[in-house]
Amino acid sequence: MATDSTTTAKSANGSVFENFPPLAAFGPFIALLLACAFFASQSDRFLSGQNFSLILQQVMVVGVIAIGQTLIILTAGIDLSCGMIMALGSIVMTKLAVDLGLNPYLAIACGLLVCIIFGYINGALITFVKLPPFIVTLGTLNIAFAISQIYSEAQTVSDLPEALLFFGNTFKIGQTAITYGVVLMLALYLITWFILRETAPGRHLYALGNNAEATRLMGINTRRQLITVYTLAGLIYGIAGLLLVARTGVGDPNAGQTDNLDSITAVVLGGTSLFGGRGMILGTLVGAMIVGVFRNGLTLMGVQSVYQILITGILVILAVTTDQLSRRKG
Amino acid sequence: MTTPVLQARGLTKRYGHVTALDGADFDLFPGEILAVIGDNGAGKSTLIKALSGALIPDEGEIQLDGKPVKFHGPSDARKQGIETVYQDLAVAPAMSIAENLFLGREIRRSGILGNLFGLLDKKKMLAETISHMKDLQIGIRSMKQAVETLSGGQRQGVAVARSAAFARHVVIMDEPTAALGVKESNMVLDLIRRVRDKGLPVILISHNMPHVFDIADRIHIARLGKRACVVDPKKISMSDTVAVMTGAKRPDELPPDYLA
Repeated sequence: MATDSTTTAKSANGSVFENFPPLAAFGPFIALLLACAFFASQSDRFLSGQNFSLILQQVMVVGVIAIGQTLIILTAGIDLSCGMIMALGSIVMTKLAVDLGLNPYLAIACGLLVCIIFGYINGALITFVKLPPFIVTLGTLNIAFAISQIYSEAQTVSDLPEALLFFGNTFKIGQTAITYGVVLMLALYLITWFILRETAPGRHLYALGNNAEATRLMGINTRRQLITVYTLAGLIYGIAGLLLVARTGVGDPNAGQTDNLDSITAVVLGGTSLFGGRGMILGTLVGAMIVGVFRNGLTLMGVQSVYQILITGILVILAVTTDQLSRRKG
Repeated sequence: MTTPVLQARGLTKRYGHVTALDGADFDLFPGEILAVIGDNGAGKSTLIKALSGALIPDEGEIQLDGKPVKFHGPSDARKQGIETVYQDLAVAPAMSIAENLFLGREIRRSGILGNLFGLLDKKKMLAETISHMKDLQIGIRSMKQAVETLSGGQRQGVAVARSAAFARHVVIMDEPTAALGVKESNMVLDLIRRVRDKGLPVILISHNMPHVFDIADRIHIARLGKRACVVDPKKISMSDTVAVMTGAKRPDELPPDYLA
């Protein structure tokens, strides 16, 4: 603290770069570009609008789940139940619409509601009973899975009404067909990005993950914050469930079994710290795209899918290592 | 006689059989730095918690500017213009200085964008942060840099600036130098003087006698849940002060001009 006070408006704005922690912010994006450049050099079919539209469709469901996962990881939590909550939501939507003949929009609303309730239960157990998020969501993972199986009698639900399939429909930009689901995913990312960056609740979320006690002392209701985040994540998983139904055309009680780890992978690859309070939501989209691009590119090169999983695993460890090392330096 | 800014009479707080506060009195006058010292278990921290709203005393009365007040939580005290700086640097490290300064009290945009959607007025917050930091002569180049890039003393500077920016009546500092080195401590002590010189009275809780004697205008000695006495650091010696604090000397054994 120098005693001179030459803090002018100009120097206070500083350079453009200090708003971005360099590696954490651009690293994922550079990795994505490098991966794209590599696969473009290996396969002629990689760099086409049609192929990118396909990649986006493939990452759509995990991409949406990863929004909820990012919000939770920003609070220094974790959600293992996300894929199972999504599957339960999609079963409720499809069963109510097909078996009971309920108005499909009402059925969708009921599916979303079930997901919201599960999210709330996660949040309430973590906030009020103060259980670790890892254990709570491991429990609700199993509960949601079991309910999906019992309710659906382990049967796939098919012959869905058109309204449930809307987000699988496509429109064309030039030669490229794009699904409405992808548009919805991108819109959700933009909305979340804006809220996290520009609004008080968004900034308070970062503060909570940074220093929960300081946030509470500043008069912010941290309990309400936590519950809201988990509940909101539930709603987001429900939306992912709707997209899953639209993409596959069925309600599948066995869906979503690897989506918890896939979404955590996207979040981590996107540069969000597992210790909370640091990260960017658009990084998660980039992270999901990295996984999608690798799977797609390796498939185009004719590499077996086991190797794709192997490479995803290596990528995650690399990403976490980068996060740790960059912190140690600071 | 001036009215005390913050006054307490007969504050009592019991935890089962333990009496943490036993009818403690307290007076803070305008424009002074009042140090509060005491041995462990003297009721010092309970007293401060009662004054900052962190706990509700069983008995006794607190007056702010001569009017009785009751605090049901720290946010009550904050609403009344009493701000507290905590020793463990209550800041969010990855967030910017400006964001930390306004944490929980963000300035929102005017109109529907701010009221309904909670949209922040970042420009205005940045400008006010610059002016607050300039006020206290805290020379940090950019208010947009993350707090974790600052030294410990500068971080505590952010916390002090935050309190000084929002306090209308009193700033309470709970061991603000406990986590800092010598040079950093001196910076924070200078800062505390500047806060007082701006007209805000400061309550300083500290174990560090040299700091207390360096900076305090009066010293409140807590002992056995009561106020033993208030002494004048310009007259009394450090060893006499410690003697009263530990009970080796009774306050009435002190020469009357030591008392303040």
